[in-house]
Amino acid sequence: MTVHSMTVRADTDLCQGHQLCQGEAPTVFGFDEAADRVVLLDDHPDESLRADVRTAVKYCPAMALSLEES
Amino acid sequence: MTVSTSSTAGDGLQHIQEVSRRFPDSSHGHLEDLRDDPIDLLHRVRAECGDIGRFRLADRDVVLVSGAEANEVFFRAPDEVLDQAEAYPFMTPIFGQGVVFDTTPEQRQEALKNQALRGDMMRGHAATIEHEIREMVSGWEESGEIEMHDFFAELTIYTTSACLIGKPFRAELDSRFAAAYHNLERGTDALAYVDPYLEGVESFRLRDEARARLVALVSAVIDKREARGTVAREDRDLLDVLISLKNPDGSRHFSADVITGMFISMMFAGHHTSSGTAAWTLIELLRHPDVMAGIVEELDALYADPDGSGAVEVSFQALRSIPRLEAALKETLRLHPPLILLLRVAQQDIEIGGHVVPAGTMVGASPRVSNRIAEDFPDPDAFDPGRYLDPRQEDLANRWTWIPFGAGKHRCVGNAFAMMQLKAIFSVLLRDYEFEMTQPSESYRDDTSKMVIQLARPAQVRYRRRAGR
Repeated sequence: MTVHSMTVRADTDLCQGHQLCQGEAPTVFGFDEAADRVVLLDDHPDESLRADVRTAVKYCPAMALSLEES
Repeated sequence: MTVSTSSTAGDGLQHIQEVSRRFPDSSHGHLEDLRDDPIDLLHRVRAECGDIGRFRLADRDVVLVSGAEANEVFFRAPDEVLDQAEAYPFMTPIFGQGVVFDTTPEQRQEALKNQALRGDMMRGHAATIEHEIREMVSGWEESGEIEMHDFFAELTIYTTSACLIGKPFRAELDSRFAAAYHNLERGTDALAYVDPYLEGVESFRLRDEARARLVALVSAVIDKREARGTVAREDRDLLDVLISLKNPDGSRHFSADVITGMFISMMFAGHHTSSGTAAWTLIELLRHPDVMAGIVEELDALYADPDGSGAVEVSFQALRSIPRLEAALKETLRLHPPLILLLRVAQQDIEIGGHVVPAGTMVGASPRVSNRIAEDFPDPDAFDPGRYLDPRQEDLANRWTWIPFGAGKHRCVGNAFAMMQLKAIFSVLLRDYEFEMTQPSESYRDDTSKMVIQLARPAQVRYRRRAGR
């Protein structure tokens, strides 16, 4: 069993399509152009991305992202 | 004769408790409460009724919700369930007929993709805002006094017009535009819930005069553009685009009246909100010198140029992290949210907080009330920017009650722009100047007599150029 130290969640009901998260962590957050919504590419990102993911969560203008850390 | 409070409630609302009245003889329910002290009324609803309560606004019931659970239902509801189109009748005479208060989330998203609030436009906006704030202080002496309401209201007229409409249009504006715009915002008396064109209301008369003056100012700019003829594509702004649209018979598609209404509505959400937040941030920093000192130290370090290789630009840094300043801005927004009551109209029956609210009822949430819920924000009336640092992060931890920008699909689409603007303003002001209060601290207060809340005048502060700047 894998124990993840980070779990990222994206609430697509809240996403407004600002796309700022992709600038912070492009391997974690993608974008569905047709739906105009964020797409989570990696819900358990590597430890090396922790700071970038935190920044993406903190600055999401729609408050649509969250991060569970352990 | 017997009179019971339930006699005022519409069918199916008696099960939701109605808040007490301070003006029991008013024939318009709680309208006088709302006009006299809206903050007291909104807090009283939660104190007396809990997460869901009710007040009367003229001939309508307003169900007011608070707390994370009820707020989440409120903010997640789609427009087919809770719609805001008819919730703000006081805006109709300001925008003009046919210009809507807000668009659907889908239209907002489309606008975001194509227009001025797009993420990749922000760098340019940051440079524009830095330029505008430097222009505003260019006339300052070594020391002097400013009236904060007037200063920030004028500054944000220039920044919102330059960023949202275009620099050529901004160049045509001066303090006359800001003064007229102020009277529009003052024309938002809650009496509009009885009739937005009620005879004999002075603020409504001034509102309509101000709108006519703005139409005249915009008309004059349009005439100049027509006389000048077309210019190169890169020199055009939104006004050029709008006046270039013609009907089949060659006449202009949009009248000056409609164009003015569109500009008023585009600027409205970003004007009094940013202006008031800038003023309250300065007031809170002057009330908390330790926080001010920490931010000045932070800015001095960020913008230092120790080896002369060139300091980082404000327009660059305002889009990036400035942790102490950001925390102070967030805490100011929590304590002094520019909008204290967000309203919708139920388009169908909706269940909130264990109650069914029937279609046709107005439903509201209050940033002023939710932002100060003690369970979510310990010591809720204290100014404590430490709330936003790790591991507390009280904004992210309480995303349905930390709601200065609202929440959900209608969450303020300009919030990243607003934060960037505030960071740019204080990056310029606090590095070059120091400030002090010139009136008692408690005398800085909001005028809450209108639905658009503004800093009460006078709100003077003294500035002095910092040594060596």
